Amino acid sequence: MTFTEADFQALVITLKLAAWTTSILLFLGTPLAWWLARSTWRYRFVAEAVVALPLILPPTVLGFYLLLVLGPQGWLGGWMNSLGLEAPAFTFSGLVMGSVLYSLPFVVQPLQDAFSSIGRRPLEVAATLGAAPWDRFFSVAVPLAMPGFLTATVLGFAHTIGEFGVVLMIGGNIPGQTKVLSIAIYDHVESMEYGQAHTLAGGLLLASFVLLMLIYASHRRFRFTKI
Amino acid sequence: MTLRASISFGQKHFQKKMDLEAPSHGVTALFGPSGCGKTSLLRALAGLDRHAESEVQFRDQIWQGKARWLPPHKRSLAFVFQEPSLFAHLTVLGNLKYAVKRRREQAAVDLDEVIALLHLNELLPRKIHQLSGGEKQRVAIARALAKGPEILLMDEPLASLDLQSKRSLLPMLEAVTWKLSTPILYVSHSLEEVTRLANYLVLMGEPGVLASGPIDEMLTNLDLPLARDADACAVMEATCVGFDEEFHLTSLGFSGGHLVVPGRVVALGKQVRLRIAARDVSLTLQHQQGTSIQNIFPATVEAFQNQGDAQVLVRLRVGEVGILARITQKSAAELGLTSQQRVFAQIKSVGLLH
Repeated sequence: MTFTEADFQALVITLKLAAWTTSILLFLGTPLAWWLARSTWRYRFVAEAVVALPLILPPTVLGFYLLLVLGPQGWLGGWMNSLGLEAPAFTFSGLVMGSVLYSLPFVVQPLQDAFSSIGRRPLEVAATLGAAPWDRFFSVAVPLAMPGFLTATVLGFAHTIGEFGVVLMIGGNIPGQTKVLSIAIYDHVESMEYGQAHTLAGGLLLASFVLLMLIYASHRRFRFTKI
Repeated sequence: MTLRASISFGQKHFQKKMDLEAPSHGVTALFGPSGCGKTSLLRALAGLDRHAESEVQFRDQIWQGKARWLPPHKRSLAFVFQEPSLFAHLTVLGNLKYAVKRRREQAAVDLDEVIALLHLNELLPRKIHQLSGGEKQRVAIARALAKGPEILLMDEPLASLDLQSKRSLLPMLEAVTWKLSTPILYVSHSLEEVTRLANYLVLMGEPGVLASGPIDEMLTNLDLPLARDADACAVMEATCVGFDEEFHLTSLGFSGGHLVVPGRVVALGKQVRLRIAARDVSLTLQHQQGTSIQNIFPATVEAFQNQGDAQVLVRLRVGEVGILARITQKSAAELGLTSQQRVFAQIKSVGLLH
C-alpha cells in the first residue's frame, strides 16, 4: 500500500471540489427546493423532472453537453473568452459547474421532502405570532428541516466525491488541477498498480460507509414526533 | 364594536358573504354546525387566507380593505388552532419565548402570569413530544397569549382533545377570560363550551351569519334555533351573597331575587354563571306552598311559541334576566297563557358554570 504525492493531490482536489459543490448547491438548492415544495404552479412537474434528470442520465451524456457549452467554442465558454476569461472546460471551475449539475438532485430532493413534510401549519403559527417571512423561514422552516439539510449535505458531498464520467469528459484529467480520486483509481488500475488503487478505493469505500451511517444515525436523533 | 368584517367566500359558481361584528371585550363565540364556514371565517380574519372583495377592520386599523392588505404577522392578533401546532424543535419554554421575542413594544403581558394561568410551570423544560394532547394545547394557548395580542382568535381549541383534557382545560380557559382583558373570538360547535365561556354569540348556519347578540338574549330568543334545541337553556350571572349554615345551602343573588343551591359551592362575593335548562322550569299561577322546590320567582311571560304538537316554549322575565320554560300545550291551555301574564317560575335545578 502506497500513497503518492499525486494521490494526495487528487484527494485534496476531490475534497475541495466536493466542498465547493456542496456549498453552492446548498445555497442555490435551498430556495429551489423551497419553491418546489410550496409552489402550486401547475407545470411544477417540469421543473421537478429537470432536477431529477442527472439521476438517470449517463454522466457521459451530461459531460458531453457540458463540454460543448463550457468549451472555448461553446456559448458560455466562448462568451467568457470574449470577456477575457478562461473557458471553464478543463479547469477546476468547470468541474465545479459540472458537479453542481450532476449532484443537484441529491441536494434538492432531500430538502424538498423535508420542506414538504413540515406542512403549512408551523409557518402559519409563526406568522400569527408576528414572524415576518424571512424570520419564519430561518426560525421555523430551517430548524424543522434540519434532518433534510444533513442528508442533503452528506449526499451532495459523497456523490460529488464519487463522480467519474462528468469529470472525465470536462476535466481532462490534468494532474494537480482536475484529476480527482475516482480518476486516479482508474489510472492506477489501467497501469496495473493495484496496490495504490486499493488504498484509494478502500479509503473511499470506508468514508462513504461512515458518512451514510452518520446520516442514518442523525435521522434517528433528529426525528421530531409529528404534532 | 372592536372587529368588523365582511368576507366574500367565492368560487366560480358559489358565492357566500359573511358579515361579522364583535365587541371590544369578553368572549365572542362563533357558534354553528361543522362545515358552516366558522374556521374559514376565522382564517380570513387572521389573514391566513385572502379573499377578494373582503374587508376587515380591527379598532382603527384596516387589516383588509379595497387597496390595503396587512399580512398576518403585522396584525396584532394571536391564533390558537384546533391542533396545538407547537414548534417541535423548541421546548415548551422555547415555544413561549418565540412569541415573547416577536411581541409588539406596547404589549404588556406578564409571562409568569400566563404560565400560572395555564399551569405550565412544571412543563417548561419539556420537549414537545413529551407532552400529552391537553398539555400541548395549554402550551399553544399560553404561546398565543405570550405574544400580547390585542385580540385572540381560537379555532375549536378543545375539539381535538379527549373528555378528560377538555374538563381540565375549560376552567383554565375561564380563568384566562376572567383575568386577561384581551377580547377573544372563539369558534365552537359545542353549546356547552359556548354557554360557559361566551359573553356574546354569533350564530352561524349554512348561509353564513344568522344572528348575533349578547349570549343571554341569544339563548332565549325564541326565533333562533338555540331555543328550539332539546337542551335549550338560559344563562345568567349571579353573586354569592351568603350561606345557610343549618341546611348547607349557598345563596346566589341576581336581579330577580335569591337562588339557593346545595353545598358551599363558591366563595362569598364571587360572581358565578348559572345555566337554567328550559326543561327544569315549570310555571304556576300562585306561589306554591308545600313544595320541595326552593327556587320560585315571580315572572312575566314575554313570549311563547309552540314546539311540535305537544309542547310550548315560554320566555319569561325574572327581574332583568330572561329564562326559558318548556311546558306542555295542555298546561299552557290550563294556565290560560298570554303575553305579559304574571306567573311564578319554579326552577327545579340550576347548573353552576363557574
